[in-house]
Amino acid sequence: MSLTTPSTVRELPPTTWGRVRQSRRTADKAMRIITASFTIIAISVLFWILGMLIVKGLGGLSVATFTQITPGPGSEGGGLANAIVGSIILTFLGIVVATPIGVLAGTYLAEYGKGSKLADLIRFINDILLSAPSILIGLFVYVILVEPLGGYSGWAGGVALGIIAIPVIVRTTEDMLRLVPGPLREAGSALGAPPSVVITSITWKAAKAGMVTGILLALARIAGETAPLIFTALNNNFWFSSNLMGGVSNLPVTIYMFASAPYENWQQLAWAGSLIITMSILLLSIIARRIVRGAK
Amino acid sequence: MTAVTDPMSLPAARPQRKTPKGTFDLIFRNASFASALFVLLLLAGIMLSMIIGGWPAFRAMGLGFITGSQWDTQADVYGAWPAIAGTLSTAFIALLIGVPLSLGIAVYLTQLAPVWFKQPVSTAIELLAAVPSIIYGMWGLFVFVPLFAAYVQVPLSNIVEGMPIVGTILYSRSPSGLGILTAGIILAFMIIPFIASIVRDMLDQIPSVLRESAYGIGATTWEVVRHVLVPQAGVSIIGAVMLGLGRALGETMAVTFVVGNANRLSGSIMDPGSTIASRIANEFNEALGLQMNALIGLGCILFFVTFVVLVIARILVARVKTF
Repeated sequence: MSLTTPSTVRELPPTTWGRVRQSRRTADKAMRIITASFTIIAISVLFWILGMLIVKGLGGLSVATFTQITPGPGSEGGGLANAIVGSIILTFLGIVVATPIGVLAGTYLAEYGKGSKLADLIRFINDILLSAPSILIGLFVYVILVEPLGGYSGWAGGVALGIIAIPVIVRTTEDMLRLVPGPLREAGSALGAPPSVVITSITWKAAKAGMVTGILLALARIAGETAPLIFTALNNNFWFSSNLMGGVSNLPVTIYMFASAPYENWQQLAWAGSLIITMSILLLSIIARRIVRGAK
Repeated sequence: MTAVTDPMSLPAARPQRKTPKGTFDLIFRNASFASALFVLLLLAGIMLSMIIGGWPAFRAMGLGFITGSQWDTQADVYGAWPAIAGTLSTAFIALLIGVPLSLGIAVYLTQLAPVWFKQPVSTAIELLAAVPSIIYGMWGLFVFVPLFAAYVQVPLSNIVEGMPIVGTILYSRSPSGLGILTAGIILAFMIIPFIASIVRDMLDQIPSVLRESAYGIGATTWEVVRHVLVPQAGVSIIGAVMLGLGRALGETMAVTFVVGNANRLSGSIMDPGSTIASRIANEFNEALGLQMNALIGLGCILFFVTFVVLVIARILVARVKTF
């Protein structure tokens, strides 16, 4: 048998057969490099910020940071004790306001409101509230709580933070309840349990981890909020009154006011506060993410 | 007669057991319904309080409240245009920088990253969203602004000085590092995690058969992304971008730190300006009378702008989720 090509077969140009054209290869390679470097840029911004906080914040951290109250203008030393405690109280108040409402609303959307037009509307509005600017919520609480009550208060701050937390909790509660398989509910109903009992002792129990995550995520979301607090709880350089009326000191607004102040110890404290608040929030978010991944 | 002998009917058992549980059932149902309605009321409440609180300013200034560019607390004249323009231009710059970065990150995470690398990188990108706004402000003001002034604003101003158009837009009269462009860059990094994670989820949802068949006919990764994935996820990408826009429009603390808080309108994006949110945050605690109403009126404008953007975003994102 002869191996020579018969003259009737046209020879294909070698460049187009069996290989990828150079321009396509280049475009592909360029895309790979560009997307990878975009990812590196974003991640390095995160580490840049964290590095900045550690470098500038660690120096300001000491026992006094946690035991002494914020210093007045021009006075030496001082700490963040009142701001830290105030922040914890305000955040806790926000979660206390938001949890029952958020969990019940999420339950309604997942369990009772299936297929109803009203539930669809509420879900839609909730999604909008989820990304609504927090400054508007601060203004809203100022109009309904601060102005009528005649002054800034910790209560107004707590309510503002609660309103920001509600949509987060509604959303995660609904999502998590939807993951609970239907047969579990049917088994409960078959035993004669009314819907409320099925929900509270079967569905909620099955979705517990996810629902706790929602609350943790809400906590992480509101702990660093600054804008709404400027209009509601404001700040205070001393220990706030125990009935939470008048300004209540808190970390975010303290950082805001101290950061660009002319006193060196104020700036130092602002950095220490930034480090404390960011690390707590990142830790909370990482824990919440772990739980979600475990639940799924 | 038939009813009594029917073994399936147990008339005595039902009411006995139902009464106490029935009450709880009703209360629970109504409580959840009321909570769900509360969400609806919240939005209505925010809208109403903005309109009512801002009304005196709208009435006093008329249309000039939106179009006027003078903001003078001494003369009680309030025009929101510089703040509106600042809000729109910072958000636009944020999208211009943030959207390509987010899309690149989403493509990298879904198509190119090695499996072991994907999870930690995803988490790191999402953590960018967890960093509080005020921390971005600190980073912007104390780290980014000095670098930006020294290595971008000064050299760039020297180059573009005297050029037509570019010489106006990019020239900084006082290269302090603060300004509209700086705020836009910081905002870009703040919206990346939101856009990138939605687009990543959308790309993950596209059936892999589509990708595989494109690879099967010899497409490169870039061609698969360009001609298969992007058209499939197209509408939701726009939705994700709109969500990012909603964030950028209302972002307060970070912008307040770096935008410069100037009340006048400048033709250059290197010059200090202000946004609606930064103006409110800056002046609120000293505001009295009509100025307070004007600030809430600014909030009202911000509310309606972000509301429209977010409604469009949610509709676009939701539509694709069901395909």
